[in-house]
Amino acid sequence: MSTTYLEAIREGLWEEMERDPNVFLLGEDIGIYGGAFKVTAGFFEHFGQKRVVDTPISEAAIAGAAIGAGLMGLRPVAEMQFADFISCGFDQIVNFAAKCRYRWNAAVPIVIRAPSGGGIHGGPFHSQNPEMWFVKTPGLKVVAPATAYDAKGLIKSAIRDNDPVIFLEHKALYRRIKEDLPAGDYTVPIGKAKVVREGRDLTIVTYGAMAWVALEAADTLAGEGVSAEVVDLRTLLPLDRETVCESVKKTSKVLLLHEDTRTAGIAGELAISITESVFEYLDGPIVRVTAPDTPVPYSPPLETAFLPNADKVIEKARWLFRY
Amino acid sequence: MSATQATRPERKKKVAKAAAEQAELAHKCLYYMSLMREVEDRIERKLYRQGKIVGGVYVGRGQEAIPVGTALLAEPDDVLFPSHRDMAVFFIRGVPLGRILAQYMGRVDGLTRGRDGNMHMGDMSRNIVSIISALAATVPVAAGAAMALRYQGKNGVAFSYFGDGATSRGDWHEGVNLATVQKLPVLFICNNNQYAYSTPLSAQMACANVADRGPAYNMPAEIVDGNDVLAVHEATKRAVAHVRSGKGPYLLECKTFRMTGHSAHDAAHYVPQGLFDEWGKLDPITQLEAKMVKNGWADQEELDRVHSRVRSEVDEAVAWAEQSPYPDPSTLLDGVYENQ
Repeated sequence: MSTTYLEAIREGLWEEMERDPNVFLLGEDIGIYGGAFKVTAGFFEHFGQKRVVDTPISEAAIAGAAIGAGLMGLRPVAEMQFADFISCGFDQIVNFAAKCRYRWNAAVPIVIRAPSGGGIHGGPFHSQNPEMWFVKTPGLKVVAPATAYDAKGLIKSAIRDNDPVIFLEHKALYRRIKEDLPAGDYTVPIGKAKVVREGRDLTIVTYGAMAWVALEAADTLAGEGVSAEVVDLRTLLPLDRETVCESVKKTSKVLLLHEDTRTAGIAGELAISITESVFEYLDGPIVRVTAPDTPVPYSPPLETAFLPNADKVIEKARWLFRY
Repeated sequence: MSATQATRPERKKKVAKAAAEQAELAHKCLYYMSLMREVEDRIERKLYRQGKIVGGVYVGRGQEAIPVGTALLAEPDDVLFPSHRDMAVFFIRGVPLGRILAQYMGRVDGLTRGRDGNMHMGDMSRNIVSIISALAATVPVAAGAAMALRYQGKNGVAFSYFGDGATSRGDWHEGVNLATVQKLPVLFICNNNQYAYSTPLSAQMACANVADRGPAYNMPAEIVDGNDVLAVHEATKRAVAHVRSGKGPYLLECKTFRMTGHSAHDAAHYVPQGLFDEWGKLDPITQLEAKMVKNGWADQEELDRVHSRVRSEVDEAVAWAEQSPYPDPSTLLDGVYENQ
């Protein structure tokens, strides 16, 4: 039976809660209501209010309480109702959670789930991609799965990890994609990118919902005789530069794609990493397709113009191929 | 023989026992308060000025009764969140003096191995959680630790310390609200020293007391003389009993005064001299000593012995800390993550 991206996250959470009594959930409206997106529907009834904690609308308290419980040896999974609201708990995450281990050798084994991304007409405060706020913070791990398989495997790895993990789940993928998942327990390692489509002529490096845009573009490009390889980063921090660079060595051309806004997006970090490591393999400039430097607009024509899509990728890829 | 006659010797014994316990408690308090005063004097007035401590120094001079009177009631399962003016919490939980001094001097034997300075330190083996610079940030973390204590079936209490200034922060309110709505075992301890850096309380909040914030959260709140260690101890007993019995958080506001600037580089010209003079007369250590002599719990000679013991312990600890090496720069990258 096929499992959606949302169901995969739910299964991962459920199985980890069954496996480890120290795992518990906290967040806004996650209990009786089952969460704004229903990721935790049924958890309250099964696991009870001790392990599924409905909190006040207090992102700093949610993040802070997760840290406190984590320091005491529990494995809290906190939900931010929308990734956009994570800014209200920013200090707790970047100054408290991220720095405990380095400063005083204290483990903060917490997961902060954050439904991110656009394409659902959510407007400026329900559509953002806040990953780079955290990728700039040593001590955190930042995960952004694109597939149901990876979503389940990565949420499990995140829960078992002894460092704080920001788990970005893309809202537009929740019910849009599904696949058959293997029966039984499996994990996907944090910090490992994956080549999701092999190609010869150029590499598209991306993550999250844009992995699907890259694959769609690669299909069209294949019809034009352009063989595109697609690398799904899956984790943004720590960043798997090796897999990216290996792919660039093979194809010699690279297009960086992200839904996040342009300036200081992960493309910038990847570009310099590629230049530092495999410059001599490059046969063309490193190019990028990203959202522009604006807030995420609400109205459909504006949001469509804002988001990268297959056409924008194809156009840039053609140019790069011909270079 | 009447019942009254029968119990009289019993009662007498009880009174004598209570007096002996008070005397013993007073001695314990005097030791820890004097130790904190001596260590912080050494840090602020000697090691900092000698350039042996290169970063910020924030002391709790005049506020020693608060960490001592409260933390002496902490059980092993309790978890403590001392503020930057609560050094005695570390002594009471058994952190060696030398390691605290090494922390200030940026040496490898400090609790953060040179990664952080001053009171920014913690030790989960002793259930002490480190502050970060944004001071109210520990308040929701304390709520989470209390959640864990309850989750784990322990009868522990989270001791959440903060100053008056911290109560202006949003995460203070979020943390207190979460703790009260969830009836979590948190004891909130405010050292109200009347200044947040240079800002007096009157410019910090519209209510007269931090305790006035309690009713908004349906939380019992009590004001205690923060310069009277035995009063702080007594109030803490009440507060801890409330919290440990599962009735939810309790706010203890300890009124005191910051007898220094915000930090060692701050001469505090903005504080009227009259306030220093007035509060100087209420010094918690001098007050306790007077009480001990008056009640016959100690004579001057005994008090002098405490101070000379404290001085030699601190001498020894400073020497030990100065022998501790600086961290090796090759360790710079270690420990950002578990496997790095």
